[in-house]
Amino acid sequence: MDTDRLTLMTLRRLAWPVVVLVPVAFLGIFFLWPVTNILVKGFVGGRLWELLHEAVFWRVLWFTVWQAAASTALALVLALPGAHLLARFHFRGRSLLRALATVPFVMPTVVVAGAFIALFEQFGLNDGAFRMRHTVWALLAAHVFFNLAIVLRTVGSYWEGLDGRVEEQARLLGARPGQVFLRVTLPRLAPAVASAASVVFLFCFTSFGVILLLGGPTRATLETEIWRHAVWRGDMASASALAVVQLGAVMSLVLVSNFLQRRRGGREQTRLDSRPMPSRRLLGANLGLLLVALGLPVLVLVERSLATGNGYSFDNYRALTVRVTLLPVSALTALGNSVLFAVVATALAVLVGGFASLVVVYGRRSLSHFFDFGLMLPLGVSAVTLGFGMLVALDAPPMDFRSWRWLVPVAHALIGIPFVLRTVVPTLRRIDPKVRESAALLGASPFQVGRLVDFPLAGRALAVGAAFAFAVSIGEFGATSFLPRHPDRLTAPLALFRLLGTPGDLLRGQAMALAVLLMVLTGLAVLVIEGRPSGRGVVRGDF
Amino acid sequence: MLRLERVSVRFGQNQVLNQVDLTVASGEVLVLLGPSGCGKSTLLRTIAGLETPAAGQVFWEEQNLTAVAAHQRGFGMMFQDHALFGHLSVAANVAFGLRIAGWGVGQRQQKVAELLELVGLVGFEGRSVETLSGGEAQRVALARSLAPDPRLLMLDEPLASLDRALRGRLVNDLGQLLRGLGQSAIYVTHDYGEAFALADRIAVMDGGRIARCGRPVEVWADPQTEAVARSIGHQNILSLDNQGHCVLGRLGGQAGLVLVRSDGLRLAPSGVGARVVGSVFSQGRYDLQVEVGGQLLQLSAVEPVGLGDSVYLAWPDDAVVPLVASADG
Repeated sequence: MDTDRLTLMTLRRLAWPVVVLVPVAFLGIFFLWPVTNILVKGFVGGRLWELLHEAVFWRVLWFTVWQAAASTALALVLALPGAHLLARFHFRGRSLLRALATVPFVMPTVVVAGAFIALFEQFGLNDGAFRMRHTVWALLAAHVFFNLAIVLRTVGSYWEGLDGRVEEQARLLGARPGQVFLRVTLPRLAPAVASAASVVFLFCFTSFGVILLLGGPTRATLETEIWRHAVWRGDMASASALAVVQLGAVMSLVLVSNFLQRRRGGREQTRLDSRPMPSRRLLGANLGLLLVALGLPVLVLVERSLATGNGYSFDNYRALTVRVTLLPVSALTALGNSVLFAVVATALAVLVGGFASLVVVYGRRSLSHFFDFGLMLPLGVSAVTLGFGMLVALDAPPMDFRSWRWLVPVAHALIGIPFVLRTVVPTLRRIDPKVRESAALLGASPFQVGRLVDFPLAGRALAVGAAFAFAVSIGEFGATSFLPRHPDRLTAPLALFRLLGTPGDLLRGQAMALAVLLMVLTGLAVLVIEGRPSGRGVVRGDF
Repeated sequence: MLRLERVSVRFGQNQVLNQVDLTVASGEVLVLLGPSGCGKSTLLRTIAGLETPAAGQVFWEEQNLTAVAAHQRGFGMMFQDHALFGHLSVAANVAFGLRIAGWGVGQRQQKVAELLELVGLVGFEGRSVETLSGGEAQRVALARSLAPDPRLLMLDEPLASLDRALRGRLVNDLGQLLRGLGQSAIYVTHDYGEAFALADRIAVMDGGRIARCGRPVEVWADPQTEAVARSIGHQNILSLDNQGHCVLGRLGGQAGLVLVRSDGLRLAPSGVGARVVGSVFSQGRYDLQVEVGGQLLQLSAVEPVGLGDSVYLAWPDDAVVPLVASADG
């Protein structure tokens, strides 16, 4: 046992600097340096002040804010009845509804855009009196689709925890059902509603792929403007100035959202012994609405991917192996790239995130705080800002990564690391020291304690974090769209974006097939997350 | 006057209330007593309109309330865990029903002040309900229920979550307050001490039915069934053999159960021999446990007795009451 302890201490002394330095270097080079670069370029050039005097900028900012606000309001209004149903009633199909609510998490933004394009084509909404495509309604519909689930889960589970007797009390004091909802239920739900709303707003504020594909050329948000200036016009000064604005806005939104989520913390004890059956009409209307809102886009997407000129077949899927002129490689190769990048990104995220978790949990106080804050920072920066920062910062020696193939998975890993941290750190902290002590008292050496206690417990959390990182990477579009393009670096979401951007039945079928495959891959990762107890709750609002 | 006619409630396959008949007269405090799971809370919720009966009718005076919604019945209810509105102040909690009823701000403030004085919480208006102690929360809940002047107040184990000393004091306060207001009330509890302290009439529930209903003395003196006897705290229940014999001698004519009430059973210079196995000093008397032929009996005595002492038991004839055995024994 003594030799064991000695080895452990030596190992610790040697390994600890590595454990600390790897995350610091990774974050410093690939995140802090690019962000600093944006800040410097944005402030120093003076473009930022000019920008503030341009009407176009204010129009873009205004549209960004109001489309996010409108999407949030719509998602709240549409999801609240369903949340009520989930929270207060027993009915057949309850688990179906719960399962449906995870669907949007399975769909990368570009896939959602694809699903809505398919939906519009299927129901003749691409033009004519009820044109949806390239209208603001298309954006709102897609955003609502994404975010219904966040509201449903956040508010639904909070609602379930509220004691229903308080509402009964209000009724007995004479309040009509409407009054009970407005005067009692809504105020009680306020923390959960505010928290869900802040997450949804942030999500819509930084929406990128959906806006590019569904909004059409005239609807610009801060994100798409950064992209347009940087990628299409090569106007790095304007893009930097916009990115500074975006950085400030998103950081503040994240702070607000974190504050609201912390406030949500305290819960009441629930005492529901008999949950009633809802009336048939209430149930039918609610389930119908949610089934249509959540299920229809997916169904149409799958249907379109199988439809060929005459009947259904796998022709569209087979066509993915053939390169079309629009793409430098076949769609299937792009999907292969995506999988490879996702595997590398996951490995990086697990390595860096795992090390960082160790420092957060076992490191000295100041170091722990620094890591906890620093490694979560990528959550406070939009994907577009991150990609843009890498584009401008990593193009000159000594840090010229332009031709480096693995820059894409590095970017993805940065976005995945906060998820790894969020799952692993709480688990490590939750391991009761008494468990370790009892293991030691039962005769386990420190090594054996690590192997038999810490690792099995933390390992599960690490797997969940890895699945998150994988899901994030496989569908990532915003940051990737900035990184230097090279035929062998084309990812599936980028390929899908290009396929969707062009009209034509042949490519459309292929696009749908590719979208379905992407959805399935993300779905597998989400299955891993949902299957693990520690994954639940993390998925709610963070994707 | 509240009147229930053959009210039945089912949860799925489970018959929770079985043809319950019940009346509560104006100004009367009725206590519903029974073990948990006997259906007393469901009965309360059915009267309130929070559960729909599968069969039967609920009347107030001559008005049939069976189909009337909870918020239109004009009944008040106090839940065990108070169910205060956490997002509102004490004053706003108490004023809630008045606001719904459309009272003006000035009237509301005045009424709230009166009620808070009534329950002994003067000056608590602005407090957040999160900061209240258990007893204070209970008083706020009471004031809130009384504010709209309910024609019937229902209290569902309102004191169950409080500690014992506080409970004893609040039972007395509550009884005085309800009587002072002439408030018709139904009080649900599983604690027979509370029941006897508060009740004008007691209704003892067992398995979804009302097994015995009457004035406290009547119910105490003649509980009629074993379950009722146990619910109200009787312990000296003996079984008789075919000739009506038990350890205390011949107490009946045939096989069955009898109750020997502890208020009748006493120590005597001669009689049936017994051995003292337990003695607890309580409120100026000694609660004794004695053993007779393998059977344990309870009684109380004024003088102390030593453990293991031999004593003699005697009882008047009216302390022995026949009981109907419960199905589950």
